[in-house]
Amino acid sequence: MKSPAFEYVRAESVADAMSAYAEADGDAVYLSGGHSVVPSLALRLQAPALLIDLSNIAALSGISLHDGWLRIGAMTRHVQALKDPLIAAHAPLFTAAAPFVAHPAIRNRGTLGGSLAHADPASEFPAAAVAMRAELEIASSQGIRRVPADDFFVDIYETAIEPGEVLQAIHVPSPVAGQVIGFDEIARRRGDYAMVGAAVQAVSRGSGLEDVSIALFSVGNHPVRARKAQAALTGRMIDADAIADAQAALEDDLDPPDDPQFPASMRLHLARVLLGRVLANLEAVA
Amino acid sequence: MTSTDHIGQSHRRENALRHLAGRGRFVTDLALPRMVHAAFVRSPMAKGKIVELDVSAAAEAPGVVRVFTAETLNPICAPWTGTLDHFAGMKSAPQNMLAEGQVLWAGHPVAMILAHSRAEAEDACELVLLDIEDEEAVVDGDAALVEGTPLVSEGIDSNLCFRTVLETPGLDEAFANAAHVVEDSFTFGRHTAVTLEPRAVVADFDPSTGQLTVHHGTQTPYQFQDVYAHQFGLPDNKVRVIAPDVGGSFGMKLHVYNEEMAVVAASLKLGRPVRFVADRLESFVSDVHARDHRVSARMAMDAQGTILAMDVDDMTQIGAISTYPRTSVAEGNQVIRLMGAPYTMPDYRGRLSVVFQNKVQTSQYRAVGHPIACAVTEALVDRAAEQLDLDPIEIRQRNLVADDAYPHVSATGYQFEKLSHHAALAKLREIMGYDALRAEQAELRKQGIYRGIGIASFVEITNPGAAFYGVGGARVSAQDGAIVRLTPSGEVHCAISVTEQGQGTETIIAQVVADQLGVTPDQVKVTTGDTDTTPSGGATWACRGAGIGGETALRAGRRLQAQILAIAGAVLQAEPATLALAGGTVVDKATGKERITLAEIGRIATYRPDTLPEGCDNSLTAVQHFAPTGYPFDFTNGIQASHVEVDIETGVTRLLKHWVVEDCGRIINPLLVDEQIRGGVVQGLGPAFFEECMYDDMGQMTNASLADYLVPMAGEMPDIEIAHIETPTLDTILGAKGVGEAGTAAAGAAAMNAVNDALRPMGARISQTPMTPLRILTALGHV
Repeated sequence: MKSPAFEYVRAESVADAMSAYAEADGDAVYLSGGHSVVPSLALRLQAPALLIDLSNIAALSGISLHDGWLRIGAMTRHVQALKDPLIAAHAPLFTAAAPFVAHPAIRNRGTLGGSLAHADPASEFPAAAVAMRAELEIASSQGIRRVPADDFFVDIYETAIEPGEVLQAIHVPSPVAGQVIGFDEIARRRGDYAMVGAAVQAVSRGSGLEDVSIALFSVGNHPVRARKAQAALTGRMIDADAIADAQAALEDDLDPPDDPQFPASMRLHLARVLLGRVLANLEAVA
Repeated sequence: MTSTDHIGQSHRRENALRHLAGRGRFVTDLALPRMVHAAFVRSPMAKGKIVELDVSAAAEAPGVVRVFTAETLNPICAPWTGTLDHFAGMKSAPQNMLAEGQVLWAGHPVAMILAHSRAEAEDACELVLLDIEDEEAVVDGDAALVEGTPLVSEGIDSNLCFRTVLETPGLDEAFANAAHVVEDSFTFGRHTAVTLEPRAVVADFDPSTGQLTVHHGTQTPYQFQDVYAHQFGLPDNKVRVIAPDVGGSFGMKLHVYNEEMAVVAASLKLGRPVRFVADRLESFVSDVHARDHRVSARMAMDAQGTILAMDVDDMTQIGAISTYPRTSVAEGNQVIRLMGAPYTMPDYRGRLSVVFQNKVQTSQYRAVGHPIACAVTEALVDRAAEQLDLDPIEIRQRNLVADDAYPHVSATGYQFEKLSHHAALAKLREIMGYDALRAEQAELRKQGIYRGIGIASFVEITNPGAAFYGVGGARVSAQDGAIVRLTPSGEVHCAISVTEQGQGTETIIAQVVADQLGVTPDQVKVTTGDTDTTPSGGATWACRGAGIGGETALRAGRRLQAQILAIAGAVLQAEPATLALAGGTVVDKATGKERITLAEIGRIATYRPDTLPEGCDNSLTAVQHFAPTGYPFDFTNGIQASHVEVDIETGVTRLLKHWVVEDCGRIINPLLVDEQIRGGVVQGLGPAFFEECMYDDMGQMTNASLADYLVPMAGEMPDIEIAHIETPTLDTILGAKGVGEAGTAAAGAAAMNAVNDALRPMGARISQTPMTPLRILTALGHV
């Protein structure tokens, strides 16, 4: 299918972009890497009057360290998550998630900010952001605010970004000593959206795990923090019993959608299997 | 053979260079002056009555040239009906370009919009007011046959399209006397071709001459020349069909579709070029789908594991209307006739029910019927082996038709000239290192790693004559033709009716012709795919390009060879029988000494025919048609093996390796034969693990996009190792049989046996494709 006709403007600043949005009376869509927006236009799932291209805005680019937080510009491409040494050192779950995101051609164009703002419940970066306790920097006409990832993902394809607002950057707290991570997913084919995925981060002390953070994806309308499983692991060394308790806790943590092609019982089963595998293979990053 | 310098050698596909350089020319690339673009308004419902269809707003939309509905378009085209006489009693509703009154599947075209761009045509589609009164859709084949279920369409009096039974007299006795009987029920999902280039057509009618030219991405241009001429009442010499580069077809592009017919009709009406290129979404709801079978089958054996009989019941679901002109029955018909084909099995009963429902049509797709028959037969053979505690190789050795027992007639009546099952089995065992794999499998099981090995023997139907369609009254050519000529400069041109869709037809034809004329393949230019410039023929389908097309080229080449030698003899004052062609020259046959170049022959015959003796024919063009005689089909055979690892916690299967031993008779080009087999294997593994057109209870296809419909990707495919046995057919001089469908025929069967082999320690079994994680986890009791 061909998209309906639309106007196009390339914004030079976030303020430009937001005023273009306002002038279009909200009948506009922001364009980042285009790998979700462009297909949706071609499929005529949306037909905005105006497409506002954010790719030329300097404030949305760049990766830098400030006060123990890594600031990743929203326009950062997926391929940079895979290759950038700062991201690898300070936001290692993004690096661990990146190989699972689609294929090289898509990773060259798709952006981290676009992926988070789109909030597909089956995509990898949102869960990694939740697991890393990232904060999302959102610009509005009132100013700039930072929203914790736990509060950012609201529902299927729905985030804390209000109409007209722009996701500017992702802030990730740097790993602390003893930090371990794990990321994996089960997909039908390499690069597909996951059937179930898991992003895990914790701090390993001599006495056991602390600050356990588990985000599962493709198990609900948005990345789901597995609080009961986190609690089951806190203060414990990783062993078969601890893993089994965390797996068992998922029954309370998850309420997966039910579909004849993909029953809830299967998602829960796969989530348990996957969590077990990720926990058994946590890697030290700091 | 005059020479086998090039037949049997690997030659790259010449057109691949052009495609790599970005110089491909597909219908999609064609832009003609005054061309308009078509988009279709389609039924959103699987079944219903059209209550209102108002196109007035669409007709006024920007860029719109014309809007057609059934009322304004259908009258210029005769309806077509997809039945054939040799399928006695089969029924199907007549079909029209645009839905008349009733819509029969979600995606059924209702109106056609022509605009200056496809985007404008799509914009206008949104302005069409279409009100359909929903009717209860029939979505399940078993339910369709239950008393009281509504009819799929008004054009039929029963939801049963066709039913037949094939039975040997000894069937009941065989089962009564059997020491062992194994049985199972199978479900084979619906899938579709997903060609890289979608269906594409540009129709260009010139009212000033009455000439219709249709640029059509198809594998059968002559068939469409005939269809367009007949349905629109045109003389066929005023209909030219050109199939330029075609981005894959696999059987899918040889059927008559509503959209292509409507595009031709619109061009006739408007007197200007009309273009339609299916987008991926409409491909999913308008291209033919494939398979969709439910099979119950049992197999009887004696105490030694000798197969006595099979009893098979196949119910196949073909959508709302049988396809034209080949019907949607051919697949099921081949399913029940190919069961047990590799084995000595003396008795058989096969029942076939072909059933309508409100879905897209199914029809012929690569390896028509073979994957179903092979999977059922081979699954039962493996079950029998398990029951008798025999190794899968051992039970096959006991039952495969002996290599020296030909000619052989199968229990279903197929005649085999000469096959090589045992040689193939022995070679497979060797190349796959069977015994070592079994040892590794046992060792890994102790570590909780579940690998499986699956084997599947097969026969493949190739080189069909008129027995497929012609005997049933279909105007499907069973012969092919070639024109070979020597140019005035001594180069060679061959125009031939078999066509190229990326498999290398043109390359092998050049090899065959080159060897008849003593030149190199790159000196032979081959033209295909144009009804005005190539002789009439069946073209490329059902594995006939090499076997029938190759033989046609060979005979045409020999005829030209004789003409060249006659002229050379006259020039040299030598007996033509003492001369031969080699190295681009006429040589003395006995000594190989060069006598005169082809360039000189070309020059004399063209520019100085006056110097030839009186009565010497200066023709340097030879025409030859060839229709297969002898056996109705040239069967090939082979065997495949699949090695898999099933993650029993996730249900995900990893394909570790695949092996094929294949006997396609004389191999013209080993490189291209192996490409064909590998591509075929992938198209067999796709539906075994990934590809499925899924429908909901309302008859809506729920995964009609490439995000949700999973085609096999390189990353998931195993390495495919290939070996050959060469048993040429004696029906032709060339001795080549087909190979295009061999890979697809048995890959899924081998894979299903491999998965079940992996699952065996858990006592789990799967008999449904695709073998998805859900189905494997369900078999394992995890879901």
